Amino acid sequence: MLELSSKELQRAVEELSGQKVFACYQCGKCSASCPFAAEMDLTPRQVLEYIMDGRVEVLNSNTIWICASCFSCMARCPNGIDISKVMEALRQLLLRSGRDQLDLLKIPEADLKEIPQIAFIAGARKLIG
Amino acid sequence: MSEREEPRVGVYVCHCGTNIAGVVDVEEVAKAAQALPGVVVAKHTMYACSEATQREIINDVQQEKLNRVVVAACSPKMHEPTFRAALERAGLNKYLFEMANIREQDSWVHKDGHKATEKAKDLVRMAVARARLLRAYEERELPVGERVLVVGGGIAGIQAALDLADSGYKVFLVEKEPFIGGHMAQLDKTFPTLDCSTCILAPKMAEVARHKNITLLTNAEVTEVTGFVGNFKVKVRQKARFVTSECTACNECVPVCPVAVPDEFNMGLGLRKAIYKSLPQAVPAEYAIDIENCLNKPNLLVCEKCLEACSPKAIDFEQPREKELELAVDTVIIAIGADPYDPSKGQDYGYGKYENVITTIDFERIIAPTGPTNGKLLRPSDLGKPQRIAFIQCVGSRIANPELVGNPYCSGICCMVSIKQALLIREKLPEAEITIYYIDIRAKGKGFEEMYRRARLAGIRFIKGLPAEVLENDDGSLTLVGENILLGELYEHRHDLVILSVGLEARKESEKVQKLLGVARSSDGFFAEKHPKLEPVDTATTGIFLAGAAESPKDIRESSTQAKAAASRAARLMKEGKIRIEALTAEVREEMCVACGICESVCPFNAIHVDGTSKVTEAACQGCGVCAASCPVGAITMHNFTDEQILAQVEAALAERPEEKAIVFTCNWCSYAGADMAGTSRLEYDPSVRLIRLMCSGRLNPKFVLRAFELGAAGVLVTGCHPGECHYQSGNYRALSRFQLLQGLLRSLGIAEERFGLEWVSAAEGERFSQVVNAFADRLRRLRAAPEEQEMVEVH
Amino acid sequence: MKVLYYPGCSLKTVAESFERSAKLAMAALGVELVELERWNCCGTVSALTTDDLMHQLAPIRNLIRVQEAGEERLVTLCAMCYNTLKRADLWVAQHPEELAKINAFLDEEPDYRGKVRVLHLLELLRDELGFATVKERVVRPLTGLRVIPYYGCLLLRPREVGLDSAENPRILEDLIVALGAEPVDTPYKTQCCGSYHTTTHKEIVAKRAHAILSSAREHGGEVLISSCPLCSFNLDNRQRLVRELYDGFAPVPVLYFTELLGLALGLDPQAWISEQHYVDPRPLLEEHQLLKR
Repeated sequence: MLELSSKELQRAVEELSGQKVFACYQCGKCSASCPFAAEMDLTPRQVLEYIMDGRVEVLNSNTIWICASCFSCMARCPNGIDISKVMEALRQLLLRSGRDQLDLLKIPEADLKEIPQIAFIAGARKLIG
Repeated sequence: MSEREEPRVGVYVCHCGTNIAGVVDVEEVAKAAQALPGVVVAKHTMYACSEATQREIINDVQQEKLNRVVVAACSPKMHEPTFRAALERAGLNKYLFEMANIREQDSWVHKDGHKATEKAKDLVRMAVARARLLRAYEERELPVGERVLVVGGGIAGIQAALDLADSGYKVFLVEKEPFIGGHMAQLDKTFPTLDCSTCILAPKMAEVARHKNITLLTNAEVTEVTGFVGNFKVKVRQKARFVTSECTACNECVPVCPVAVPDEFNMGLGLRKAIYKSLPQAVPAEYAIDIENCLNKPNLLVCEKCLEACSPKAIDFEQPREKELELAVDTVIIAIGADPYDPSKGQDYGYGKYENVITTIDFERIIAPTGPTNGKLLRPSDLGKPQRIAFIQCVGSRIANPELVGNPYCSGICCMVSIKQALLIREKLPEAEITIYYIDIRAKGKGFEEMYRRARLAGIRFIKGLPAEVLENDDGSLTLVGENILLGELYEHRHDLVILSVGLEARKESEKVQKLLGVARSSDGFFAEKHPKLEPVDTATTGIFLAGAAESPKDIRESSTQAKAAASRAARLMKEGKIRIEALTAEVREEMCVACGICESVCPFNAIHVDGTSKVTEAACQGCGVCAASCPVGAITMHNFTDEQILAQVEAALAERPEEKAIVFTCNWCSYAGADMAGTSRLEYDPSVRLIRLMCSGRLNPKFVLRAFELGAAGVLVTGCHPGECHYQSGNYRALSRFQLLQGLLRSLGIAEERFGLEWVSAAEGERFSQVVNAFADRLRRLRAAPEEQEMVEVH
Repeated sequence: MKVLYYPGCSLKTVAESFERSAKLAMAALGVELVELERWNCCGTVSALTTDDLMHQLAPIRNLIRVQEAGEERLVTLCAMCYNTLKRADLWVAQHPEELAKINAFLDEEPDYRGKVRVLHLLELLRDELGFATVKERVVRPLTGLRVIPYYGCLLLRPREVGLDSAENPRILEDLIVALGAEPVDTPYKTQCCGSYHTTTHKEIVAKRAHAILSSAREHGGEVLISSCPLCSFNLDNRQRLVRELYDGFAPVPVLYFTELLGLALGLDPQAWISEQHYVDPRPLLEEHQLLKR
C-alpha cells in the first residue's frame, strides 16, 4: 500500500478528482445504481465512507479496479459527486506509483483478433500507469 | 432647528467597560474629536447607554445648545433607538443623531491598539462630518383601517381569517379553487394524534362560511395589488360557479351529469362529474360547475340534464363567466400554501410510468373514506390488496446536484407522513409487510419520536439506504434495488405498492403572487420573512404578512401557529389605527427633474411615478435609494442618506493617508450586519478598511466611488446581499450592473481594476465578511508592492 | 447533404458492418458521410482527473482536423468516440487556461478555437432529418419486429454530453417506431455492458450480457440494437460464454441501429452483414421476410 496519511489520502482524492467527497450523506444510491456492485468487496458508498474516515486501505479494495466508469452512480448522486472521478483518482494514486493492473502482452492472440481495439485502449488507460 | 444654524456637535466616546477601552485609547479618540470642526463637547464615558450618560447628553444638549449628537460605541443596530429616544427627550429631532461603530467594527476585530485607535478616530471624524449635514425629519403617520385580505383558503388562510374575524376585523378570503380547505381537506388522518383531518377541519370551514366578518370569494384570483399599508387596492377576478345559493346540496344533479373527468382533488385517481363538490363537507356547500368540461358553453345550452334535475332551480348558466371585484384593504396575509413535489418531473422511480408507484398525497386519497376507493386500501393497477408495501423517503428532497430535478432542502414533514401512513396501513392490513426506506428519520416535534417508536414496535421495517431504481414486474409488483447501508449489502426487494414520500415546494403561482405584492422570495422559491428569527411572519413590506407553507414547508400544526401569529401581527397594526413611517424616503427636487422616467422603471415598490415631474408616494417608498443612484440629473434626495452626507463620510475617511485605506460600502441589511457578525464572533481582519453604511447596495452612486479614487483611496469595495436575497428585491442587481459599468470607466481613467471590488455577504456571514475584507486588503497590498507590474497590466 | 464524419478504429476492423450500413442507409436518405481526413484515435475514454491534460490531446487533435476541413460539425457513430470527443470539447470550453496549455503543447498544429460541435448520427436523424422524414422514406416497414433499444452508458452519461434523458431516453424507441418496428422496454437498456473488462474479466461481462439479454427476452424482444462496437461485441460475441455459464439461455441477435435503418429503407443486408456477428441475425430477418428485396 502507498505510504499515505489519512489527510494526504483525502487531499489527494479531492484534488485529483475535483470532487467534494465530504458532501456525501450515505444514501446508497450509488451502490444501488452500480451494475458491478456485486463483484466489489466495498460498495461505492463504502468507498466514500472509507475516504471520509481516512482509511488508506481503501486502496487495497478491488472496487476501484472493477469500476468501469459507466457513470451510473454520478447520474443519480443527490449530492452531485462524480464518483467515477473519485474512483479514477484512487486508481491514479496507485498507477502513478507503478502498480499496473494489466499486461497487454499476456492477452491471447485470438482475443487480439476478435475484441474491438477500443477495449484494449480503454483497459490500458484505466489499468496502466 | 433651522437648517442654516451652525452645527454644534456633541461627541461621546464609550469605553463599553473594557470591550472598547481594552483595545482603543478612548481618551485619545475623544481628544481628537474635540478638534474637529463643529464639535462643542467631546467626552468619554464608561457606558454611553447608561441612564446617567443619557441624562448627561440631554443636559449637554440643553446647556451647550448642541444640535447634533454623535455616540462612538457599539453598532447602531444595537443602541441607535436608545440614543434617538434620548435626543427626543432633550427636545432634539431624532434624525440629528449619528453613531460611530467602534466596537463591532473596530475593537472587537483588531488587536493592534494603535491601529484600532487610528481607525476609531477616522470613524468618529466620518460620523461628525455626516452629523454636521444631518437634517431633522418628521415621521409621517398613516391611517390603517380594519380590513384584511387573506390570499389562500387552506388551513393557514382559514385560521388567520377566523382569528381576525373573531377580533372584529373585516376579512376577504380569496381562494382560487371552488372549495376551501386546501391540502388538509385531502388528508385522511393527521400526525401524530391520528385524528381525522376532515373532522377537525370541517367545523372551521363551516365557520368561515357563516362568519359575518368574512367575505369568502372562491373560484377567485387576485389579479392586481396597488397601494400600501392602510391603502391597498386589490383587484380580484372571480369565475362563475353557475350554481346559486339556492342550492340545497341535495346531489340530484351529479348522477345525471354525462361528463366524467379525472378528479384533481383525488389526485386523478378517480373521476368526477362536471358538476361536483370536492367532499361531502365541502365549503361552500353549493356545488360548482366546471365550465371547461361542461358540455354547455356560454350562450349555447346543449345539455339540460342538471337543470332538469335541480328542484330548487339553483343552476344558472346565465351567470357572466367571470367578474372583476375591487377591494380596499389595509393589510394582506399571504397563505397560498405549497405544492407537493411531483416525481414525474424528475422521472423518479418510474412515477407516472408504473401504476403502482404513487406518492404520499395520492395515498391519502386512497386511504381516505371520501376517496375513490371509499377508504379501501387497494392498489391502482388491479384494485388488489397489497401485501408488501414500501415507502421511499426523500423523493425530490435533499437534492444538491443541480443536474437532477428536486429541491436541496428537507421538507421536514415527509418522515412523519410516511410513519403515519404506515401505521394506518398496519390498522387496515395487520398482516402486511411494510418497509420504509430512509436515510435519516426526522421526527422533531411534539409526540413525533413517540410515534416513530410506535411504528417500530408495530413491526414496520426501517431500512437505511435509498433504492436507486424501481423495476416493474409482470404481475405489477415492483422490485426495489438498493443497498442496506447498515449491512453493507445490496438488496432487491419485491413490493406490491410503492409510495414515494414527497416533500413540499413553492407553489407554481408563487412568482405571480410575488410580482403582484412586491414581496421577496428566498432562493428555494418560498416567500421570504423579514427576519428568520425575530420577524418570522412579517415580510419586508409593512402590512404584508405570511402564513403557513407559503413561507416554508410546514405541517398543519406549524401552519396554524404561523397563521395565528400572522393574524396577530396584522391585528396589532390595524388596532393601532395608524402607522409611523421612518423618514428614509426619497424626495424629488422638481425644479431639477427632467421627467425621464428612469426612477419609475427602477423602483421595486411602485413608489415613484412621472406625473409632470417625478412624484414619490411616500407611504410606498421603502427608502432603498435605487432611484437616487439612477437619476441622471441628481434630482432625487434620499432623506437621511443624502449624497452630500455620504460624500462627507468618504472625504473624512480619506483625510489622512488615503493611500493606506479602503472604503467599504455596505448595505444596511446584509453586509453591514455581516460585519457586525464578524465583530460579535471576534473575527480579526485587516484594519485598513473604513465602512460606510447605505440602506441598499443599489444606493451606490458612481460619484461616491469616483470621489474616493480621486482622493487617493487604495481601493473601494462594494458589498451587498447575495443575489436573490436583497431586502429591496433587486437593489443588489443594480449594484452589480453599476459595478460593471464603473469597472470600464475606471480602466479608462488608468485605475487598476483590482482596486475596485464587489462581494456579496449575508447578515449571517461574519466569517465571509472577514475573509472578503482580508482578501481585498491583500490584493491592494500586492498592488502597492508591485506598482511597475500594475502599470504593465494597464499598458496591456 | 454532405456531412463530415469520424469513424474511429473499430469501424475499420471488427465493426465494419456498422460503418457500411451507416453509409448505405444515410446515402439512401440523401446524406453522404464524408470521412474526416487524417483522423486519429479518439482517446476512447475521457480523462477523469483534474490534472490529466495528456489524454485530452487525442480528441482535441481530431477537432483541429475538423477545423482544418472548414467544418463546424462532426458526426460520430461509435458511442465511445462520441462521448470522448464531445466531452473533451466541453472540457476545454470550460477550462480556457487548460486549452491554452494544450494549444501551446500542440505547437505543430493550429490552435483549437473551440467551434466544433460533436454530434451522434442519431442526433442528426432526430434533429436535422427528423424521424418523420425517415418514416416517409421507409419502404419496408419492420412490422411485427420486436426490438430492444440498448443505449448503454456513453450516449447518455454524463448528462452534459447525453443526447437524451439519462433516466428515460426515447430516441432509439422513436427511431424503432419510425421504422415500423415495435420497441421493447427493459430496465437494463441504460446499464453498462461490462466495457473493457472483456479483455481480462470475461466472466463479469458474461454476467452483464446475461442480465441484459435475458431481461430483453423476458420482455419479448427478438433483436437488440446498439450504437457501440464494444457493447455489440460484449452483448453478441460474449453470448458464447453466456451459453456455457447459464443453462437454457436463448441467444439474441445484436444489430447496429444503422443495420435496422438500412433494412427498413429497403437495402439488401447482404451488403453489410458479415461473419463478425456471433449470433447470426439472418434467420430472424428471414422469418420476418426482411432479407428478400
